Amino acid sequence: MAPDARPQPAIRSDGAAVALSGDWTLRLLSPQLADFRKQLDETPDSAGWDLTGVTRLDSFGALLLWRRWGRRRPAQLVLPVELEGIFGRIDALGEVSVPVEPPYRFLDATAHLGRMLIGFGHHLLNFVALVGQLCLDLFYLIRRRGQWPLREMSANFYKVGVKAMPVTALVGFLIGVVMSYLSALQLRAFGADVFIVNILGLGIIRELGPVLVSVLVAGRSGSAMTAQLGVMRVTEEVDALTTMGISRYVRLVLPKVVALALAMPLLTLWGSAVAVFGGMVSANLQLDMSYEFFLNTLPRAVPMANLVIGLGKGVVFGLLIALVACHFGLRVKPNTESLSVNTTASVVTSITVVILVDAVFAIATRNIGLPFR
Amino acid sequence: MSSATTFPVELRGLSTRFGDTWVHRQIDLAVPAGEVVALVGGSGSGKTTLLRQMVGLLQPAEGEVRLFGEPLSAGSRDAQLARRRRFGMLFQQGALFSALNVFANVAFPLREAGIDDDELVNHLVLLKLAMVELGPEVALRMPAELSGGMVKRVALARALALEPELLLLDEPTAGLDPDRSAGFVRLIRALHRALGLTVVLVTHDLDTLAALATRVAVLSDGRILANGPLDEIMTVQDPFIERFFHSQRSQAALARGRAEA
Repeated sequence: MAPDARPQPAIRSDGAAVALSGDWTLRLLSPQLADFRKQLDETPDSAGWDLTGVTRLDSFGALLLWRRWGRRRPAQLVLPVELEGIFGRIDALGEVSVPVEPPYRFLDATAHLGRMLIGFGHHLLNFVALVGQLCLDLFYLIRRRGQWPLREMSANFYKVGVKAMPVTALVGFLIGVVMSYLSALQLRAFGADVFIVNILGLGIIRELGPVLVSVLVAGRSGSAMTAQLGVMRVTEEVDALTTMGISRYVRLVLPKVVALALAMPLLTLWGSAVAVFGGMVSANLQLDMSYEFFLNTLPRAVPMANLVIGLGKGVVFGLLIALVACHFGLRVKPNTESLSVNTTASVVTSITVVILVDAVFAIATRNIGLPFR
Repeated sequence: MSSATTFPVELRGLSTRFGDTWVHRQIDLAVPAGEVVALVGGSGSGKTTLLRQMVGLLQPAEGEVRLFGEPLSAGSRDAQLARRRRFGMLFQQGALFSALNVFANVAFPLREAGIDDDELVNHLVLLKLAMVELGPEVALRMPAELSGGMVKRVALARALALEPELLLLDEPTAGLDPDRSAGFVRLIRALHRALGLTVVLVTHDLDTLAALATRVAVLSDGRILANGPLDEIMTVQDPFIERFFHSQRSQAALARGRAEA
């Protein structure tokens, strides 16, 4: 039992008069609210009310009574002086209601669609402005060698490149194993075991490696970049930089873009290499293909052009992921809701953009680097 | 009368350590029911830490906190929840849920407490908003669309939603201009009188202190230097109290606050 037990609320009705006693507070009423409401509803409308037995009354209890009385004082009411104030406040509130949101109509849907289109236009415009500003800043920096934010670039490179290596390797290795395992089953049925090298080499180095690493990096580093810039917006750090005359594009955006554009091809190379290695191990176990044979066949099956295309994709995807991340990061408004919305949008957009651009690459390079044509 | 009703908050032999530094050493403090107790002290003296320990957000290294006569973690889960519903806290930045509008923010604790009658909740929320002098027109606004003063008012309405017996205020007037700050102090004082609340507040604003507090606890060097009505505190001979209360600026602020009270 609680050491400070309070008198329980109670209601006594003898037809013409209703007497209340105990604590009419939210704490004691809420556990059996339905019960008390029923008892209140059963009291006669014309009854006289006696509240002298009430030991404590809060606005919850008062409101419960007020609503039973039909939002006015009953004709016969015995009310202790100290409880006057609480009913006075409720009375003073009068008839108010929560404003309701206007219903959703067809016109609103049209306006919503229009707003989305205009919003998309704004995004494009802002993105172009961001790229343009970066180019202008680059021209400026070419003339001022000393102002390159080299430390920031190196720090960013370490964060997005070196630290992403373990996860890239793990995912790459497993994908290589899975691909090799699935293809081996099919190829053995046709006695075409040798072609596993072509499938793995071309598929991973040209397509899967860059896209896989991009998706990982967008989720890992792109979101971090957006969140970092966003938090700096929320805490007004970006404004502080601007006030000191330091360009946010030079100091915040450029190092991220340069670092990711440099790190992505290297990560792609690393990821693809580990994936091919995984495929090679799996082929050895499944098809008894020797490592020596695999490595000797690989350069013949996969022309050099494919590696160049893969690494080129890495550079472009890295640029795009960093630019999209910074674009959304700088759009964050100083509140937490906006931060989460923009971080989500950043990751979704960069992955979508990477896959779209990959499709463009596939079409543009369809005549390059493919043997057996 | 049992000790629970006389002292809603009791700290017994409370010590706090961050790393190797002791922030509090053996603090004993009892907050009498119905009083407004102000915790004052220099920056870094652990005022807010003490407040956070009272509501169980931080655990002291030694000693215990008793709310309404029992430790916060005593009893079953339901008993703990019931105890938590007996106090409300106003955070320094308001801590409104940014995904919910003003109405939903104030209604949140009510709905969580299991009150599912929509009309009753509506009426209660509007009553709480009226108590903090806000009209129904702000009900649908989002926290991001409110001014600093309005955020504090809505946060106060939310803290009052469950009819608490104890209210904890962390820097209630920080970030408000003098005019709004005086208005907010008036509001809290009126609510204290009307609802008979016990209030614990942390502040370094002497205007607020003089206008609101019925008792003052001075925190310095990790212990409670003095604890009592303001006039009594002023007579204590101590270098910190000397600096804090007796400088010219402090005297002016205290006089302003007293006139306000």
